[in-house]
Amino acid sequence: MLNPQIPETKPVKLAVRGMNFWYGEKKILHDLSMDIHAERATAIIGPSGCGKSTFLKCFNRIHEVSSQVRVTGDMLMDGVDINRGGIDQVDLRRRVGMVFQKPNPFPRSIYENVAFGPRLFGVRDRATLDDLVEDALRKAALWDEVKDRLKDSATGMSGGQQQRLCIARALAVHPEVLLMDEPCSALDPIATSKIEELIFELKDSLTIVIVTHNMQQAARVSDYTAFFWLGKMVEMDLTERIFTTPRERMTEDYITGRFG
Amino acid sequence: MDTPDFKVRTRAKLADRTMHAVLWLVALTFVGVLLVFVGAILKQGWPELNLHFLTSMPKTLDAGGGIAPELLNSLYLVAISLILALPIGVGAGIYMAEYAGQGRALRFFRLCVETLAATPSIVLALFGMILFVQMMGWSFSIRSGAFTLALLNVPVITRVTEESLRAVPRELIEASYGLGATKLQTILKVALPYAATGILTGVVLTAGRAFGESAILVFTAGTNTSDKFPDFRLSVPGETLSVHLWYVTSDGTLPDASQIAAGTAAVMILVLLVLNLLVRLLDRAIRRRTR
Repeated sequence: MLNPQIPETKPVKLAVRGMNFWYGEKKILHDLSMDIHAERATAIIGPSGCGKSTFLKCFNRIHEVSSQVRVTGDMLMDGVDINRGGIDQVDLRRRVGMVFQKPNPFPRSIYENVAFGPRLFGVRDRATLDDLVEDALRKAALWDEVKDRLKDSATGMSGGQQQRLCIARALAVHPEVLLMDEPCSALDPIATSKIEELIFELKDSLTIVIVTHNMQQAARVSDYTAFFWLGKMVEMDLTERIFTTPRERMTEDYITGRFG
Repeated sequence: MDTPDFKVRTRAKLADRTMHAVLWLVALTFVGVLLVFVGAILKQGWPELNLHFLTSMPKTLDAGGGIAPELLNSLYLVAISLILALPIGVGAGIYMAEYAGQGRALRFFRLCVETLAATPSIVLALFGMILFVQMMGWSFSIRSGAFTLALLNVPVITRVTEESLRAVPRELIEASYGLGATKLQTILKVALPYAATGILTGVVLTAGRAFGESAILVFTAGTNTSDKFPDFRLSVPGETLSVHLWYVTSDGTLPDASQIAAGTAAVMILVLLVLNLLVRLLDRAIRRRTR
């Protein structure tokens, strides 16, 4: 957790300004603005249906795959607008990786899961692929567990291993941002703590945005926390401050469990 | 509010058990009918099955003819019609599942596919005869038969492809897009491999149906075979097993027509059994690799 006395040294990676979001005709997100700093973990908390997952998915535009959506306002990555022509969707998704709520490995071998991303971008050389796979699995703290059974099916692993495999798969294409949508909600406490440790290590080199309904988790892993309610952002600050001296009454009520 | 009376529901439990028994009986009856049916055909046909029957040419007037060209033609026609139908059927299925959206285009295509699927085979047969046999001047031949048979296959393959693709879990599709895959990459590398077993099963059902089809082939592939064996030319007539079965029993010039018919029917049943077993094995192999 960042100390409020020390000024932020990391640049802004993702900037959101006056952003609104519609699913079809239904407006989901209202006038959101925030800065997400590079190499920090930013948690988004709030009750179910507050729009936090929807907001997360806007950063790699994944819901445009299957739904009619509309976004107004600005969403910038390194100063480049990600919605209006600044960057191609496919390129955006390579740079902004995603880990989903439910582990979703491909029904292939462990190796092929991790190699899937690099292969998309034309990496064919076996030695290069081997290196990329090993590197990604090491970063996801999975290498030692699976190095002798890379050819085994990924669907035979435990839930926690599957989720770390999905993280490795996302890391294999060297993203700059990693979005995590309640990555531990389907996992037991031990698997959860492994993922949390991982988040700690990963933010040395990545920008992490994590949606969670578990407030202890937000407090443990994040540097910044944003509190969402009914599609609006109530408050965002250093995690330290949100959990000790929030400005808004509503935030305090939520984190102390008085509503939500 | 008064607490309702949550007493043990004897009647519901009885209904549950009765239904279980009834459904079990229905399934048993089904298997029974099938066994009797297949048993009767094999029992009659078994004495006729020998190497001579399978490897010699049919005779038109004398006893002792074989079914070698018919057996070959059946398999050959099914194979060619599938080769013709697969790219169109799978392509149309992919379009409907992945590109047509949810609107008018999809409804229109679905109507077309369903209409074609519901067209009686005799209508396809006469259509094929007019188009391929007469207008294209291909006469009664393997290619006339294969093209018309393909019309029968296309809608079934289209539908199973579409349904198999729609059954691919959304999470896998999102995972692929999330890594920066394009739509085409996602379809080719994630959706189609996952859907492969479903498509394969549909293709085999189609093959089985085409294998047993007679009306279409009577009017397009003809009721004769080439004098040569084996003859793989597409321009020669190609009587199949099912057409042969129909022809020998209705024509009545063969002294041993009923034996030939029994043997032919038995061969058809055996080929279908082998086909289904093969698919089981293939399906299991694919499933192990892709699920």
